Amino acid sequence: MRRFSLALFALLTLAGPAFAVLPSEQLSDPKLEARARHISQELRCVVCQNQTIDDSDAPLAHDLRVILRERLLAGDSDEQAKAYLVKRYGTYVLLKPPFQANTLLLWLGPFFALVAGGAMAALYLSNHSRVAVPTQLSADERTRLNDLLETPE
Amino acid sequence: MNRALALIPVGLFVALLVTFYFALGRDPTHIPSVLIDKPLPGFDLPGVVAGTPGLRSGDLKGQPVLLNVFGSWCISCVEEHPMLMELAREGVVIDGIDWRDQAIDGAKWLDQNGNPYARVGNDKSGRTGIDLGVTGAPETFIIDARGRVRYKQIGPIDSDTWNNTLLPLLKKLRSES
Repeated sequence: MRRFSLALFALLTLAGPAFAVLPSEQLSDPKLEARARHISQELRCVVCQNQTIDDSDAPLAHDLRVILRERLLAGDSDEQAKAYLVKRYGTYVLLKPPFQANTLLLWLGPFFALVAGGAMAALYLSNHSRVAVPTQLSADERTRLNDLLETPE
Repeated sequence: MNRALALIPVGLFVALLVTFYFALGRDPTHIPSVLIDKPLPGFDLPGVVAGTPGLRSGDLKGQPVLLNVFGSWCISCVEEHPMLMELAREGVVIDGIDWRDQAIDGAKWLDQNGNPYARVGNDKSGRTGIDLGVTGAPETFIIDARGRVRYKQIGPIDSDTWNNTLLPLLKKLRSES
C-alpha cells in the first residue's frame, strides 16, 4: 500500500505538462532555445487561432517554430525573427497587437471610456450640488417666519 | 441640454451594437493577406512528376491567372476540385502549388481526380506556402499580368464566390492588361 501511494505520489508530482515542441525541433544551444520558446509564446498559431505556436500541435505551427529557430540560428534578433513572420502573415500573428492606425480604438478606447464616463459623472454631481445649495429667505418670508415662531401657544 | 446629454449613452450603446454586429459576423479564420497589390514572392518549385516542368514565380506573368494551393491530404480540396476542372474546361488558366505534400502523392491525387492545372509545383517543405502567407488549403490567389497578387480566396471556390467575386475581378484584370 505504501509503495502504491509512493508511486502515485511520484506520478502526480513528476508528470510534466505535454509540450507541443518536439525534442527534434529544439536547438542545442539552451540560450537560443529559451529565446525561441519565449518568442513562440507571443506568436499566434494561424490555424488554431487562440493558441500560441508554442502550444499548438498543428503542422503549420510546427513549421513556424522550425522557421523561427532557423532565423535565430542565422543571427536574427527577437524583433527581426518576429518581423519575418509578420511580413508573411501580417500583424495578426502577434498575440500582443502593435499600436498602429487600425488598433487605435483598441488601445485608446478604454482611456476614452474612462474620460467620457468621468466627465459625465462630474457633470451629474455638479448639477446635483447646485440644487442642494440653500437659498436665502426673502424679507417677506423672514417676517412671516418670525410671526409664526412668536405666536403664543 | 440635459435631455441631449442623456442621449449620449444611448448613442454609444447603439454604436457598440453596430460594431459587435459586424465584428462578430466576420470569420476569424480568414486572415487578410499582406500580399495584396504586392509582387508574388519568388519561388522555384519542382514538378509533381519527376522530369515534368514545375512552377516558378516568374511563370505567373503576362496574363491574369489563378494560383491554387492544394494538397493530396486536403479534404476541402476534393470538394473544390470539380469546380476547378470546370473552370479549366472554360479556358481559365489555373496554376497549382501542391503544398506540404510528397510529389508522388500529389501526382497520384491529380491522376485520380483530374488535373485542371496549367502548371503544378510541388512544395514539399511548405516553405513557399508560408512565404505566401497560406494558412490552410485550399487557398486561391489571383495574380495580375504584372505578377502582382490582387486577391486571396480562403477556402474552396464555389459557384457563388466565382460568379460574384473572382470572375468580376479576373475580367477587370483582363481588361487592364
